[in-house]
Amino acid sequence: MTFSEQINALLTIVRKEIHRFTRIWLQTLVSPAIMIILYFVTIGVIIGSRIGDMNGFHFLQWMVPGMIMMSVINNTYSNVLSSFFSIKFQKSVEELLVTPVPSYVILTGWVLGGVARGLVVAVLVALVSLPFAELHIQNWPLTILVIVLTSILFSTGGFLNALFAESFDDVSIVPTFILTPLSYLGGIFYSINMLPDFWRTVSYANPILYMVNALRQGVLGTSDLVSMNMSIQFALFMILFFIIILFSLSLWFLNKGKGIRT
Amino acid sequence: MKSALSIKNLVKTYPGDLQALKGIDLEVEQGDFFALLGPNGAGKTTTIGVISSLVTKTSGQIKVLGIDIDDNHSLAKKQLGVVGQEVNFNQFELVGDIVRNQAGYHGLNFKDSKKNAEYFMRRLDIWDRRNEKARTLSGGMKRRVMVAKALVNKPKLLILDEPTAGVDIELRRSLWDFLSEMNEEGVTIILTTHYLEEAERLCRNIAIIDKGDIIENTSMQELLARLEKETFVLDLDRPLKESPSMKDFNCKLQNPLQLSVTIRKDQELNALFNELSNLGVGVLSLRNETGRLEELFINLVDQEQEETENHNETLLEEK
Repeated sequence: MTFSEQINALLTIVRKEIHRFTRIWLQTLVSPAIMIILYFVTIGVIIGSRIGDMNGFHFLQWMVPGMIMMSVINNTYSNVLSSFFSIKFQKSVEELLVTPVPSYVILTGWVLGGVARGLVVAVLVALVSLPFAELHIQNWPLTILVIVLTSILFSTGGFLNALFAESFDDVSIVPTFILTPLSYLGGIFYSINMLPDFWRTVSYANPILYMVNALRQGVLGTSDLVSMNMSIQFALFMILFFIIILFSLSLWFLNKGKGIRT
Repeated sequence: MKSALSIKNLVKTYPGDLQALKGIDLEVEQGDFFALLGPNGAGKTTTIGVISSLVTKTSGQIKVLGIDIDDNHSLAKKQLGVVGQEVNFNQFELVGDIVRNQAGYHGLNFKDSKKNAEYFMRRLDIWDRRNEKARTLSGGMKRRVMVAKALVNKPKLLILDEPTAGVDIELRRSLWDFLSEMNEEGVTIILTTHYLEEAERLCRNIAIIDKGDIIENTSMQELLARLEKETFVLDLDRPLKESPSMKDFNCKLQNPLQLSVTIRKDQELNALFNELSNLGVGVLSLRNETGRLEELFINLVDQEQEETENHNETLLEEK
């Protein structure tokens, strides 16, 4: 396949993926926005008023980057996972396998579809946060870069999960037992400075902590990275490192035909 | 004539040592309309799966229009269109999108994808349904979508795995006509089917696969010429109480107005009519009791079964 043919195939997959999640917008776009509004009302407004400031910011302001990051992680992961698992389940993956389209184009297409959803959801969450908190983004390029990299990472993770998933139960295991706990414990609601030393040290092993705080750095201009004596470059490197690992694994298993060829 | 498909010593062993293909060889010439027949589980779908990369082969070589699928996977696949046995598109998508996207996966740009999709959807009479969700289509229409999808990249080799299964007679016949037209336009077609009438009507060459082995590979004409005897059903002009006694023909009264007669290859139908005429029995019409190919197919598969059983018995005795 020539380069331009690969680009045509890639655009077809991305277009199809964007069309898929916009066709079911009530589930894919409105639902996360409503969930975030509920978080703002219950935790941010009702409970948050008793918490006070967080590292010099109003609690609601502190929550916004965490809410954006949590939505991006959940939506990009589940977007690619459910999309690729469903084409496996209904065998329409055969449509792709009989064509000359290379594996890396298939993987990139699905990942870009996930990134598109991640960006739309991030904008929606930012918009619904406006009635609750003032939002003055301090570093636009960093904010966008962190959201894009995180979207790539979790889209790739969703793809890998979809290759291995054999039933609908397998689809929910990672989001329920790994992603949600890591997100909640990754500092989306709190600063890790509030934790006892032991739990603060344990939190350093949570990769989502670096993503949440990298975004917080972009949006608020400060984050736990400062108190952790870690640079933003280190956080970005961590995300990039995991992207390379997951992308390589996904591509390897895709080339091997894991879950899609007999 | 250049080969459209060349398979050499193809082996597929599934986990659990289930050998679906035991080293098959197959040559299909360009421009041919070829039938691959066999009972359920014989290895037809596995063979197609390996050619189209849905199944990973254990060993062997496959060339599509002279291109080895291991050496130049991408170029080999460009020549290929496959219609699978089951409906394999997202049924929540629009018919037009399904066909157009398939062209896109082959690397066609948006404009050419639209053009090719329209061309084949019009030829297959599904253009008017392009804005409908695929799940609203009937089984026959879904089959047409599958065929349009397989052709949208204008392949030189089209492989169809039971394309008319569960399709009504009218749609089946129109699909036959369409496939014949495509073949006349130069597309090599390989067909698997359970409707032997379909293979007999459309295909020039045939291979029969059973238990992972090719047990017959010849021209349709040559195969049909091997038929030793045929059974005809005659519609009589008046009811009979018992089967007429004929010295040269074996006959059986199916009901008072229908007589089945078995005729050997060396016997003439004229002789049968003369004998019936001498007995005062008139014939209004006649037809084959079963398709000619069906009779041969059953004989070949039974013969293979018998040989396997004999071989197993010999092995047991030797032990």
